[in-house]
Amino acid sequence: MRNDTRNLLLVGALTLCMAGVVACGGGNSSSNANLPTSVGRGEGQLNVIAWEGYTQPEWVRPFEQATGCQVHPKYAGSSDEMVTLMRQGGGSQYDLVSASGDASLRLIKGGDVQPVNVALIPGWKNFIPQLKSPPHNTVDGKHYGVSLQWGPNTLLYNTRSVTPAPTSWSAIYSPQYKGKVTVPDNPIQIADAALYLSATRPELGIRDPYELTESQLNAAVALLKSQRPLIKKYWSLASDEIDLFKNGDAVVGASWPYQTITLQDSGAPVKDMIPKEGATGWADTWMLSAHAQHPNCAYKWMAWVSTPRVQAQQAISFGETPANTLACPYMDRIEAGACAKYHANAPASYFDSIRFWRTPTKDCGNGSQDCTDYTTWQQKWTEMKG
Amino acid sequence: MTAATRADIAAGGSGFRSARRRVSAALFRRGWLRATLLLSPPGAWFVLIYLAALAILFVSAFWTVDAFTGNVVHSWTLENFKTIVTSPTYRTIAARTIGIAAAVTVTDALLAIPFAYFAARLAPRRLQTILFVIVLVPLWTSYLVRVYSWRLILAQNGILNWTLDKIGLGSVNIAYSNWAMWIVFSYLWLPFMILPVWVAFERVPGSLLEASADLGARGATTFRRVLLPLVLPGVVAGSIFTFSLTLGDFITPTLVGGAGSDFIGNVVYSNVGIANNVPFAAAFATIPLLVMGVYLLLARRMGAFEAL
Repeated sequence: MRNDTRNLLLVGALTLCMAGVVACGGGNSSSNANLPTSVGRGEGQLNVIAWEGYTQPEWVRPFEQATGCQVHPKYAGSSDEMVTLMRQGGGSQYDLVSASGDASLRLIKGGDVQPVNVALIPGWKNFIPQLKSPPHNTVDGKHYGVSLQWGPNTLLYNTRSVTPAPTSWSAIYSPQYKGKVTVPDNPIQIADAALYLSATRPELGIRDPYELTESQLNAAVALLKSQRPLIKKYWSLASDEIDLFKNGDAVVGASWPYQTITLQDSGAPVKDMIPKEGATGWADTWMLSAHAQHPNCAYKWMAWVSTPRVQAQQAISFGETPANTLACPYMDRIEAGACAKYHANAPASYFDSIRFWRTPTKDCGNGSQDCTDYTTWQQKWTEMKG
Repeated sequence: MTAATRADIAAGGSGFRSARRRVSAALFRRGWLRATLLLSPPGAWFVLIYLAALAILFVSAFWTVDAFTGNVVHSWTLENFKTIVTSPTYRTIAARTIGIAAAVTVTDALLAIPFAYFAARLAPRRLQTILFVIVLVPLWTSYLVRVYSWRLILAQNGILNWTLDKIGLGSVNIAYSNWAMWIVFSYLWLPFMILPVWVAFERVPGSLLEASADLGARGATTFRRVLLPLVLPGVVAGSIFTFSLTLGDFITPTLVGGAGSDFIGNVVYSNVGIANNVPFAAAFATIPLLVMGVYLLLARRMGAFEAL
């Protein structure tokens, strides 16, 4: 009840702002040094780069009606594509990007995104503690964006063809399902192979799948090379994988929960699970372009998607976990038991068990510089795919 | 031109009329001036837009990208070409692209020759019109629609396997593979092969065939020794289309290709759109340019340009 009142107040404040009754001031967000202290009038447009499924009409339409900001989404298939899109044309083409942890630091270091005043995002103070100032979007105490949702990369399988149900990632590395396997066309997939090796070949000494020495990387790439003959297709858009499973061309693969939900909705016999070796995962951030042309609309959007109701809608639509802890009751209202199903009330240990996507760098975290960086990963991935 | 000028003169005033007449007289007397005026707009377009783009492509192939900032570094280097030549990955991709383009060309030629022979020399007039429309109809639908429908046909649970299963032949597993690409490409570009071959068959004078028969050659011999050499320029002309269209494509490999089905175009696309390495993309894009250059030279030798 108290939450509802708070939300009403929030919506009221936003409305007043938009109606121009309260002087909200012209936010000067183009300069990095002084953050805006208030959000001004919307510019009418908002260009965003998003993961497929992140701009569903369910929550985009009400936003457009409430703020007058027309949302123009551009779907990207990988973090690399997001980084490139943000840099193209001087970086002023897009206002926001829903960057995952393996893109966010690259964008910050490249100067492609600007700090955000989290005080203007009312939902932020109710975020889980790990996502208020996570290292993938907060550098030197500056928040380069607002956390959004998070979740694991899962093992998706066809319940009719894959019996007994798989328990390990070995399902996508063993020849049992040769020619029926699909994995993302994304260099960060090397981390999945490394995670599997860290459990199956402890002698390699892989502690963190994003900190790989040359020999560890080679072992992971060798595993992926042996996997290549088993692969039907490396998918680049979620809809590709959905097609593959729907038409029986793939029966097992690495996936996001989004595909599982979409396939299940269409009646396909699929399930997903987190194998015993654990899972990589993503923690996404809405980041504001350093050259954003519509900063006010961008702030309004970040505030909107952080509200418990929209967080709940997106969590259920995509199958991920919201950053806002108040989303739980809304989730249960949309779908009974959804809060527990999507881990919105899971203990902190669940969050800590997921190895979140991160940009691999030369720095191994122990002071030595003998790890492999992302450029090397990209090259190895291209070579492996041939 | 002259009709329009006359109409304009009739409509215009008398002073205007005489000025016009003087201009057209000057143009009539100086042929070179007329040619310059006619050719300069398309010429400017060709040089500024068409050739300039190619030149920039070629120049940027010698630049590199700063891995950290993603900016292009304007210093001359052969690094990109070195990577392409030394890395087995890029050699494989180039060989795959050229190989499939060649396979598609041969397939289309084998399909087009009997069809065009029938259409041009055997079919009655009305049937000819119908055949012509049938060849052209696919070109009226979107390329993407046709590729996606092939994806549905070839899928594991698709029409092809359903049909094969019904007639008791089991099922084939060719969706998302190089076989799928070969089939789809051969389908997509077949009209571009049929039309020049058709024209080539039509151009062969009937008297030559009669002379061949008079000299005692049978049908097969006439076809092999008289008809085929005469339509070969048409086949080569068609092959320019089928080969170059396959060589430059990247959408079909994305949609129906499987693991290890990348084309040169895919590498170019991912270097521009995903890796943000435009110079490397430019360097790799010079390979199809070179291949096509050599191909066109050979095609010219075989008389393909006269057949177009």
